[in-house]
Amino acid sequence: MNQELLKLDQVSKTFRNDKGHAIQAVKEVSFRVMRGHSIGIVGESGCGKSTLARLITGLTPLDAGEILLEGNRICGLSGKAQRQVYRQIQMVFQDPYSAISPRMPVGTFLTEGLVHFGMISRKEAGKEAERLLQMVDLEPQLSQRLPHQLSGGQLQRVVIARAISIHPKLVILDEATSALDVSVQEQILELLVRLQKEYALTYLFIGHDLAVVRSITEEILVMKNGAIVEKLPAKTLVRDAREDYTKQLLSAVFSVREFQEP
Amino acid sequence: MAILELEHVSVSYDGQRHAVDDVSFSVEEGEIISLVGESGSGKSTLLHCMQGLLPKSAAARGKITLFGENMLELSEDRRRRMRGEQVAMIFQDTGRYMNPIARVGKQFTGYLKLHLDKSREELLELERQMLEKVHLYDVDRVLHSYPFELSGGMRQRVGIAIALSLHPRLLLADEPTSALDVTVQAQVVKELVQLCREECATIILVTHNMGVAAHISDKIGVMQNGKLVEWGSARDVIRHPQEAYTKSLLSAIVELDDEQFLCR
Ligand SMILES: Nc1ncnc2c1ncn2[C@@H]1O[C@H](COP(=O)(O)OP(=O)(O)OP(=O)(O)O)[C@@H](O)[C@H]1O
Ligand SMILES: Nc1ncnc2c1ncn2[C@@H]1O[C@H](COP(=O)(O)OP(=O)(O)OP(=O)(O)O)[C@@H](O)[C@H]1O
Ligand SMILES: [Mg+2]
Ligand SMILES: [Mg+2]
Repeated sequence: MNQELLKLDQVSKTFRNDKGHAIQAVKEVSFRVMRGHSIGIVGESGCGKSTLARLITGLTPLDAGEILLEGNRICGLSGKAQRQVYRQIQMVFQDPYSAISPRMPVGTFLTEGLVHFGMISRKEAGKEAERLLQMVDLEPQLSQRLPHQLSGGQLQRVVIARAISIHPKLVILDEATSALDVSVQEQILELLVRLQKEYALTYLFIGHDLAVVRSITEEILVMKNGAIVEKLPAKTLVRDAREDYTKQLLSAVFSVREFQEP
Repeated sequence: MAILELEHVSVSYDGQRHAVDDVSFSVEEGEIISLVGESGSGKSTLLHCMQGLLPKSAAARGKITLFGENMLELSEDRRRRMRGEQVAMIFQDTGRYMNPIARVGKQFTGYLKLHLDKSREELLELERQMLEKVHLYDVDRVLHSYPFELSGGMRQRVGIAIALSLHPRLLLADEPTSALDVTVQAQVVKELVQLCREECATIILVTHNMGVAAHISDKIGVMQNGKLVEWGSARDVIRHPQEAYTKSLLSAIVELDDEQFLCR
């Protein structure tokens, strides 16, 4: 179990637009995650969390640095080698509608990967889609629908189910539970933890709700302006936070409790 | 005075099951209402039909009276004219409602031009002001960007800035802060409340954040399975929830002082 699954070494990315504006979205980021562990990434809007996730999944090419999966470089691969590696990394996007083709029925979307990688036959796909829907507490009938015919939270759950269905080694969840109401969120978090134990999954959990991120990770990285400014153990987060931004995050929470207790 | 009244509103997408099922309530001018509830319970559907934005395949019954107009029977033309200054909407997934191949500035100007008779410079100034209100300070870059070049939270804030820019009398906001970290979320929420207090605007906010709902709203409605199962003052709903579902919502909240760790 005590193996390093993912390692980032001095990873950087700058975007340039046609006016010559340069945005350094990710700055010399280094960290490592052990297999079966979860790491959280928090930080203000626009600080580079999603960009970092896209760099790890190879969707965005990096400018400098290295990314290693189980000790092997995964940046700059192509063809078959690339497909092999990226099968091991699944990502749940912040905006679920962008992850799924608007004309693909939900059921097909759910099982496409499983069929492609030969994990199930095409004949089994229908049943498997229904099983996956039930796993995230959705009705099997939804498999016939198109993405825009689902509510935001329903689609989010479909995307999560697909990502974990092929048992990748690493799952990147980008604000994956932000669109869910608290009771569904709780179920999904519990499901994630259960599957993690079952399949030794490793999670990179991006979020903005510290309380939620903290509940399913061991360690939290705080990003600001593209760089990691603080690494904190989830357990002692509140006590150990040093950075101003982290403290602001901790203090700006809208508490329900204070309303409940007169 | 009630500016919005829903009477026995039902919506069905497939002719069989009701996504919204016999919902009635009324909203006074200047109130902030939060709608909370289960994923798939019909919150977005309800907001869309208040503004006449349901897809053609959907069938709505009942009566929705907004500023004296029956929204379910209104002509498309009248409805379009109400949008903007009278009613504005912040969508749950701003990205999907923006044009992916037009720059943000162009889309913003396009929206303002429909309603305001102002020079380019004046419009640009208004755009800057609004973007700063939602804490987007890199204004030139934001206006010059295509939607995909912005982060999720930045796109969401652009949507909020656009919706607020014409000072709508009724703002329908669908999860406007769900992609925002708490520091920005607090600012945006303040901005919404200020709009409401200063200009006597009315806000209907769909949120799954019970904390936000508790802090800013006058009334809270709880939806489950298309039905409005609970409706009352924010205080009552939070302190003395009647429905089992509301109670479960409240107990599922994770807060920072909890010692809740799922992973160990
Ligand atoms: N394709 C792109 N082209 C140009 N700039 C980009 C691109 N993608 C991201 N950026 C910029 O990089 C910065 C970081 O964006 P990113 O999406 O990584 O932020 P984030 O931390 O995920 O924020 P949020 O919490 O709002 O989702 C932002 O300033 C954004 O505008
Ligand atoms: N275009 C559509 N066609 C068919 N069914 C739809 C369509 N849009 C929504 N639905 C269904 O209607 C129900 C209500 O959806 P709605 O989007 O209003 O939920 P919601 O309360 O906003 O949920 P969430 O919190 O997940 O966004 C859901 O069961 C959904 O699957
Ligand atoms: Mg993001
Ligand atoms: Mg919705």
